[in-house]
Amino acid sequence: MSSLGSEGLAVGFSDRGLDVDKVRADFPILSRTVRGKPLVYLDNAATAQKPRSVIDAISHFYENDYSNIHRGVHTLSERSTVLYEEVREKVQKFINARSEKEIIFLRGTTEAINLVAQSYGGANVGPGDEILISAMEHHSNIVPWQMLCQRIGAVLKVAPINTDGELLLDEFAALLSDKTRLVSITHMSNALGSINPVEEIIGLAHQKGIPVLLDGAQAIPHMAVDVQKLDCDFYAFSGHKLYGPSGIGVLYGKSELLEAMPPYQGGGDMIRRVTFEETEYNRLPYKFEAGTPNIADTVGLGAALDYLCTIGMDSVACYEQQLLDYVTQKAMELDGLRLVGTAANKGAILSFVLDKVHPHDIGTVLDHYGIAIRAGHHCAMPVMDFFQVPATARASFAMYNTCEEVDVLMQGLKEVIEVFG
Amino acid sequence: MMDDLRELYQEVIFDHNRNPRNFHVMENANRTVEGFNPLCGDRLTLYLNVQADIIEDASFQGSGCAISTASVSLMTEMVKGMTEQEAQNMFKIFQKITTGKDDDVKLEELGKLQVLAGVKDYPARVKCATLAWHTLDAAIKNEEKSVSTE
Ligand SMILES: Cc1ncc(COP(=O)(O)O)c(C=O)c1O
Repeated sequence: MSSLGSEGLAVGFSDRGLDVDKVRADFPILSRTVRGKPLVYLDNAATAQKPRSVIDAISHFYENDYSNIHRGVHTLSERSTVLYEEVREKVQKFINARSEKEIIFLRGTTEAINLVAQSYGGANVGPGDEILISAMEHHSNIVPWQMLCQRIGAVLKVAPINTDGELLLDEFAALLSDKTRLVSITHMSNALGSINPVEEIIGLAHQKGIPVLLDGAQAIPHMAVDVQKLDCDFYAFSGHKLYGPSGIGVLYGKSELLEAMPPYQGGGDMIRRVTFEETEYNRLPYKFEAGTPNIADTVGLGAALDYLCTIGMDSVACYEQQLLDYVTQKAMELDGLRLVGTAANKGAILSFVLDKVHPHDIGTVLDHYGIAIRAGHHCAMPVMDFFQVPATARASFAMYNTCEEVDVLMQGLKEVIEVFG
Repeated sequence: MMDDLRELYQEVIFDHNRNPRNFHVMENANRTVEGFNPLCGDRLTLYLNVQADIIEDASFQGSGCAISTASVSLMTEMVKGMTEQEAQNMFKIFQKITTGKDDDVKLEELGKLQVLAGVKDYPARVKCATLAWHTLDAAIKNEEKSVSTE
C-alpha cells in the first residue's frame, strides 16, 4: 500500500489497479529536488512530466531512425514514415476513431481549434451566423472564434455557468438557434476542473444539426475518451498534457466533415499535384498537414500512448478521483480557503483562493517547499471575472501524485496562512 | 519562515501589504493612470497631483500580491515632493537593481525601496515590483491610458 494519506483515508488506492510507486519510478524528473526539497509537481494542467519511455523513444529515434517522411525511397525515410504513421494508428485506437484518416497531427490544441475556425468556420459561417462556446473556456477556445466572427461578421454566443462552475444546460440549449453553425466547448475546464455533460451537449446540438468541437486538452489525460461513443464532430488535444512531448497535438474530425473542408495551410505534403495554374490537394489526413511535421515528437507521443495503455485510462481516472476527494476534503479544513470550482463532476484540479493572500505569493512560498502550483488566471480571464477574483492558485494532479504530496501541500498552505494571516 | 524567503518577504513588505499607505482615491488628481499585470491579474489605479513639475501628492487603489502592493505603497510615499525627473531617475535605478543589471548603481540609492531588491532572485516576480513604477512613468509622460507590464 503505497499511497496512504497520513490518516489512512486512501485505503484501497492501489487495489484499484494503479501502482503509484511504480508509476513514479517511470518519471525521472520526479526524483529531483527543488530548493533542497523533494519536488511536488502539481502543475499538471499546464503540462505533465514525461516517463522515461517517452524520453528514450525520442532519443532512440534520432539516434537510429530519423529522416524526413513521405519523401525518400531510402531506408531511413521509409523507417521514419512507418514510425510516424504507426502513431496515427495508436491515436486512432486511443480515442476510438473510425479511421486513421480522421487523425490530423498539429502542434497542439490551440492549432487544432484554429484549424477548425479557419477552415470549417471560413467555409460554413456567414454574416449574422453564430458560434456557441461556454463561459469556462480557455483563451484558445475563445480567441480563434472571436477572430473568425470579426472577420466574417458573425456572432459569438456564450453559454453561462453557475457559481459551482457548472454549465447551465438549459441556457445552453436555449442558445442553440437556427443560426448556430458550430458549438465549441471544453470537455474539462482547466481553471475549474468542471467536466461538462458533453454527451447531452452533443445530443442537443445534433438535434438541430449543429456540429460540436470538444476541447479535450484537459480531459484526455484524466479519462478514457471514445469519440464514436461521444459522437463529437471534432476533438482537439495536446500531447504535452498527456505525458507526451510538447509541440505535437491532434485534431480528430469526422471524415465527412474533414473531406468537405478546405485546407488550412498550403505547402509540401498536403498536395497531390502542383502546377502554377492549380493544385490538387492530397487526401486525408495529409490535406491538413502542410510541411515537414514534428516527426520525433510524434514518435514520442506514440510512446506516451503505449505507456498509458499499460496502465489503463480507467485506472487513472479512478485513482485520480480518490486523490481529488482527499485533497478537497483536506483543503476544506483550512481556514480562509475558498474553492473556485465545485462542480459535482470534476477532474483532479483544485483551484482556490486564500483570504488576504494573493495567489502569486502562495505560489512563491510553496515553491520554497518544492511544490509547483500555478498562480494566475490560467488563460481563462472571463472565468476569473465571473468569480470576481484577479487570479487563483491551482493545484492540478496527475496519476503520479500521491496523498503524501497532498499532505505536503497542506503543510505548505498552513505556513502561507500563518505568515500572511 | 525560511531565511531565503525572508530575503524576499521582508517585514516592511508585510507591513505595507497589510496597511498600504496612500490607499485612497484622490479627488484633486490631475493624472490618473491604470496599471495592469496580465500575468497575475494585478490592477492598480495611480493618482497624482502634479504642480509645475513637482509631484505634490500620490495615492492608489487596486489589488495585487504582497510585492506589488508594497511596491506601490512605498512608491507613493517616496515620490511625494520629488520632481518628475527625480522620480524617473528613481524608476531607472529601481529597474536596474530589480533586474540585476546594477553595475553602475548602488543599492543605497534606492533608500527605503531597498527592501524590494530581493525580487531580483525571482524573475517571475520582478514585474510585480515594477508595475507601480511603469504606471508612474506613464503618468509622468501624461499618457492618460492604461499600461501593462506585458
Ligand atoms: C482547456 C484547454 N484548452 C486549450 C489549451 C491550449 O493547449 P495548448 O497550449 O497545448 O495548445 C489548454 C492548455 O492550457 C487548455 O487547458
